[in-house]
Amino acid sequence: MAVNNPFARKRRHLGEHAAEWTIRIVASFSILVIFLIFIFVFREASSLLTSKSEPAEQPTTNVVATTDDRPEIYNPDSGPEPGSVTTTTTVVKDSDKPEVYNPDVTMVGMDEPVVTTTSIVTLDDRPEVYNPDSGPEPGSVIAAAAAPYEAHEQPTLWDNITSNVWQPVGENPKFGVWPLLIGTLKTTLIAILIGAPLGILAALYSAFFAPRKLREVLKPAIELLAGFPSVVIGFFCLTTVASLLQDITGSQFRLNALIGGIGLSLAVIPIVFTIAEDALSAVPKTLREASLALGSTEWQTAYRVMLPAAAPGVFAAVLLGVGRAFGETMIAIMATGNAPLSSWSPATPARTLAATIGSEMGEVVWGSEHYGVLFLLGIFLFVVSFGLNALTELYVKQRLIKKFQGA
Amino acid sequence: MNVFSGQRPLSKRLLGFFAVLIAATAAVAIIGLLLGMLGTFSIKGFPNLDWEFLSEFPRNNNTEGGIWPALAGTTLLVLLMTILGVPIGTATAIYLTEYARQNSFFARSVRFAVNTLAGVPSIVFGLFGVGFFIQFLGGGVERITGNASFGDGSLLWSAATLAVLTLPVVIVAVEEALRAVPRDLREASLALGATRWQTIRNVVLPNSVTGILTGSILAVGRGAGEVAAILFVGVTYSSEVLPGSVTDKFMHLGYHLYVLATQSPDVDKALPLQYATTLVLLGLTFLLNFTAIFIRSRLRKN
Repeated sequence: MAVNNPFARKRRHLGEHAAEWTIRIVASFSILVIFLIFIFVFREASSLLTSKSEPAEQPTTNVVATTDDRPEIYNPDSGPEPGSVTTTTTVVKDSDKPEVYNPDVTMVGMDEPVVTTTSIVTLDDRPEVYNPDSGPEPGSVIAAAAAPYEAHEQPTLWDNITSNVWQPVGENPKFGVWPLLIGTLKTTLIAILIGAPLGILAALYSAFFAPRKLREVLKPAIELLAGFPSVVIGFFCLTTVASLLQDITGSQFRLNALIGGIGLSLAVIPIVFTIAEDALSAVPKTLREASLALGSTEWQTAYRVMLPAAAPGVFAAVLLGVGRAFGETMIAIMATGNAPLSSWSPATPARTLAATIGSEMGEVVWGSEHYGVLFLLGIFLFVVSFGLNALTELYVKQRLIKKFQGA
Repeated sequence: MNVFSGQRPLSKRLLGFFAVLIAATAAVAIIGLLLGMLGTFSIKGFPNLDWEFLSEFPRNNNTEGGIWPALAGTTLLVLLMTILGVPIGTATAIYLTEYARQNSFFARSVRFAVNTLAGVPSIVFGLFGVGFFIQFLGGGVERITGNASFGDGSLLWSAATLAVLTLPVVIVAVEEALRAVPRDLREASLALGATRWQTIRNVVLPNSVTGILTGSILAVGRGAGEVAAILFVGVTYSSEVLPGSVTDKFMHLGYHLYVLATQSPDVDKALPLQYATTLVLLGLTFLLNFTAIFIRSRLRKN
C-alpha cells in the first residue's frame, strides 16, 4: 500500500534497508525475466531472416541430419583428416526416434559400424557446431553430397513455408506449415466442440441446479482434473480411449485427430468450467430474483437470463479454452497420431504446431534452418495465445465490469 | 419454488426437464471421465507398484526394472524449481502490492504481462529455456570461463525454465494473498510508527502466510507434472546414474512415461510399467495439491 507516511524514515536499521533493497532487486530481476521471454523467443527465429540472404549454404547443414536426442554436429575444425568419413559416421546415431536421415550420410554410414547403444548418446553433452564455411576436404563424401544442391535453384524460404509438405529432415527439407495449421485447427476445433459445451453446461448445473452435496463433489473433481499432468491425459487417450474408439468405429487409424481432440477437451474442460462458473456466480442476485418473481422457472432463469448476462465471461472461458487446446503439447504429441497430413477429416491423424516443436526440437541442429523454423512456429503459438489472453484480459473483463457496475 | 409450474403445458415442462437433464448429464459425464481415468490407472497400475519398482533402476531398455532415477530426478527438479522460483515470485508480489504505485503504467504493464504469460503454452517456455538459459546464459559462461558444462541442457536449466513457467502463477497467487490482508491493519501499523518494512514483516506477512503457502504449493504442483517445457532443456530418457550436480542431465517421471508410451522398443511389454509410472506421477502431483488444500483448511480454522 503506497501510504505516504511522514514518519516512515525514522528508526530504520541496516537490516531493513538490506531487506527492502533485496526485494526491489529480486522483483526487478523477475520483471526483467518476463520481458526477456518476449525478446529471446523472437531472437532465436531471427536467424532465419539472416540466413535467407544466402540460401545456397543452407542445404549443406542438412547433410548432418542427426537422428539423435541431443544435437551434435560435426566440426571440421577439430581436425578433419582427408578421409573425414569416420567423423561423419559418428553423427549417424541410432535412437528410438523416427529416423529419416539423409541418404548420402547413410551411404557413408554403411562402411562404418553404426553406434546403437543409447547410453553413449547421453555422453555427448557438448554441442559442436558444424561449420560449412570451412569447406569439406577434397574428395570427401560431403563435397559430393553438397554438389547437387548447387545445381538446381533453391526456392525462397517463404515459398517453402507456405507449401503443402512438412518434411523437415531430408535431402531437400520442406517446411510447409499448412498441414500443421490444418492439424492444429482440426484438433482445437474438436476439443472446443466437446469441451466448451460440457464445461459451460456443468458450470450452469453447478451454479443453479445442483444439490449442495453434488456441487461439493463436482468442484473438487474439476480441480483434480485440472491438476492432471497433460502427459497422463495423453497416455490415457493413447491407450484406453484409442482402443475403445477403434472398437466402436472400426477406424482405419488407431490414433487420429478425434482422439487428440478428446484428449485436449479434457484439458479444456477445467478452464472453461472454472471461468464460466465464476462469471455465472458474478451475475447479480437481483437479476435472478427479478426473473423468478416474474414467474419464470429456475431453468428459464438460468438459460435465458443468467447465461446471457454472463455471456462475456463465458466467451472469455471459451477463448481461454481455445488458447489451452491450441498450445497443448504432450496430449497432442501422444494422441493425435502426429502425422502432418493436409486432411480435414477427424478420422485421420493430425499434427499440431506445438507437437511439431515438441517432437522435433530435441533432434534439430541448433542454429540450422529447421531450428529457426521451429522457433518461428513457437512465435506463432506465443503471439496467438498471448493475443487470446490479452483479448480476454482487456476487452472481456472491461465489458463485464461495465455491465455489472450499475447493478 | 414456483407455484405456477404445475399449470404449465406439458411441452414446456418437458423442455425444462431436458434443460436441467442436459446440464446434469454434462456434470456427471465430467465426473465419470475423471473416475474412469483414476479407475483405469488404479486397476492396471497398483499390481505393479511395489518397493522394487520405486527403488530400482530401469533395466533392459526401460522394459524392466524400476523408476528410481526418474523419481529422484523429478523430486530434485521440483525442489530446485521451488528454491529458484518461489522466493523470487513472492518478492515480486510483495514489491507489486506494497511498494509499486498501484496505478502507475509500470505496475499495470507488469500485471498485464504476468496475467497473460500465465496462459502462454508451456512449450514456448521450453523454447525460451533453449534460447535464453542454454544458449545465452550457458553459452556466455562457456565463452567467458571455458567451462562447457553449462552450455547444454541440465537439471539447473530445466529447473530455471520451470521456475519461469511457474513465476506468473506464484506472483498472481501471492498478490491475491497479500491483498486479502485488510488495509486497516497496515494503516494501524503505520500509524503506530512502524516503518513500511516493519509493517510488511510483522503485520502483512504473518496474516497472509496461508495464502502464500497454498498458492506457491499449487504453482509448484503445476510445474511438477510439466513435461513439454523441459523436453529439450536437460531431460534424458536413460541414465545409469543419479544426477551428481546441477549441470547433469536427469530423468523425469513424466518424460519417462512419454518415452515408454511412444518410443519404447516393446510397448506392450512396458505397459504395466507405464501404468505404475502414471500412478507415481499422479501421486506426486496430488500430494502437492492435497498439502495445499490441507494447509488452507487447517490455517483457516485457527
